[in-house]
Amino acid sequence: MSALALLAPLNFVDSLLLKFFSEQTVNYIIWPFIQVGAVVTITALWVAYATYLERKISAFMQARLGPMRVGPWGLLQPIADGLKLLVKEDFIPENADRWIFFIAPYIAVVAAFIVLAVVPFGPDWAVITDVNIGILFVLAVSSVGVLALILAGWSSNSKYALLGALRSSAQMVSYEVAMGLAIIGALMFARTLSLSGIVAAQQSNSIWFLLYQPIGFVIFLISGIAENNRAPFDLPEAESELVAGFHTEYSGFRWSLFFMAEYTAMVVVTAVATTLYLGGWYFPFVYRLTEAKGYHNAYVVVSLIVFLAKAGLLLYLYFWLRWTLPRFRYDQLMDLGWKWLLPAALINIVVSAIAIVTLQALDGSGLITIKSMASGLNLTAAGKGIAIAFGVLNLFLTAGILSLINWRSRDFNLKQQRRQIRLVDLPKGKPAVAPAVSEP
Amino acid sequence: MLLQATTTTAHNIGGPGTAYLPVMVFFVFAVAFPVMPLILGRFLRPWKYGKDKMRPYECGIDPETGAHDRFTVRYYIVAMLFLIFDVETIFLLPWAIIFMGKDFSFTLFALIEMLIFIGILVVGYYYAWRKGALEWA
Repeated sequence: MSALALLAPLNFVDSLLLKFFSEQTVNYIIWPFIQVGAVVTITALWVAYATYLERKISAFMQARLGPMRVGPWGLLQPIADGLKLLVKEDFIPENADRWIFFIAPYIAVVAAFIVLAVVPFGPDWAVITDVNIGILFVLAVSSVGVLALILAGWSSNSKYALLGALRSSAQMVSYEVAMGLAIIGALMFARTLSLSGIVAAQQSNSIWFLLYQPIGFVIFLISGIAENNRAPFDLPEAESELVAGFHTEYSGFRWSLFFMAEYTAMVVVTAVATTLYLGGWYFPFVYRLTEAKGYHNAYVVVSLIVFLAKAGLLLYLYFWLRWTLPRFRYDQLMDLGWKWLLPAALINIVVSAIAIVTLQALDGSGLITIKSMASGLNLTAAGKGIAIAFGVLNLFLTAGILSLINWRSRDFNLKQQRRQIRLVDLPKGKPAVAPAVSEP
Repeated sequence: MLLQATTTTAHNIGGPGTAYLPVMVFFVFAVAFPVMPLILGRFLRPWKYGKDKMRPYECGIDPETGAHDRFTVRYYIVAMLFLIFDVETIFLLPWAIIFMGKDFSFTLFALIEMLIFIGILVVGYYYAWRKGALEWA
């Protein structure tokens, strides 16, 4: 009965709305309106407090205190920052393309925000909409962000801004390839592009795709961090050489819109990574303890908290990496994208396909591996074991193949290369390492 | 109604049109959200013209030339490589979904097909690598 009592207000509002509007309007316009309002508000709050968290975490990692003056433990610092940005002058440099300069930050924010519309934050009323091509939508819309950066850099008519924009666009398109290929392995097990469907596939299997796809997860996360231009891939805004990259000429609130877009894009990447690989809102025993006993709203709320906790852990990883790793050099960055992540993603696709074919073959020859095809690929315990074994095998296989094809590349295997340089003839073309001067 | 709306309805009834309506709602929010503070800020922030202030930033030195200059050709190469591989991703996405079909009837065929597809791509990838398209500097 208590579950019914919890539901009462929602149902009351619903029936009230249905008196004035059609069912379609209520389902697809009015309730989404409320949900979207909540999501935008929470994301905006997160963006404000992410700056605070980042400063605090970096301070603690460097044995400092961080912001302490505004409010208790500096908790009101983001509000003070926001007010300051609001009253700052918002000027446009002369010779800038005024309209493009105006619009670029909006494109960045809208492209980053709108992806959140298809992310399933929880099971039932925590989904805004379940688009049947969800993951394609995510890839397509998040790549619009590149346009914002290059428009901002180009229209500023400043050399630093242009260089930063070129760098960041080249970086983002490079890692987008690896990201798009990395998710295909997980989609093969889920058999759907809908993000809710992917979570449902993991829930009905009671497994996280991380176990089937460890390489895919790693590639997705690395390319996600690179897509967001976050450290150690923050070359576009390398302070030491490019001042601030593509937003050098921006000031005031317009400048902060770029940061809003960046932090929102972080949320998007972590949310999609959670959905694809960490089971989304699914957590063992939650369904059995809540929904099965009739506590529907408790089920949704607990799942929502699970989702936020998983995404929060990944977000912490962002800060952690930022203060742990030094920035890459640009050629290292391009090497990592094209020579390491891209082949690894291709290997991942092939191995995942072979894993599924093997499961099918074993299923035909007596050992029961496949339970059903109801939601994704439902495997028995033996089938899961084989799929996980393939995932682990893939780790070693990928490491082997990657080190083989990159054996002679720069910044890898340097010791061996130095030792070999006088013994072996270098291949024709560009030497991997400058040949040492031979002694007489 | 809401309780069925988001899971069951969106799955079954929610055709291509209706499922995107909430995305449109989100679009309206996402546009309004950054615009409002800027309009509000218009009444709060100063606006003073200064000739030096309006110049593009170049570490305090007067800019000699415009910024829209030539840049290295490698960015074009990266853009072309991106086009090739992104199209490949688009081809592989539907392949991944229908890989097993409904009853595993053509899994082996799909696997071989994909191996040929990726094989052709790897040949091109190897060519690009040998030609130095993936090298930076």
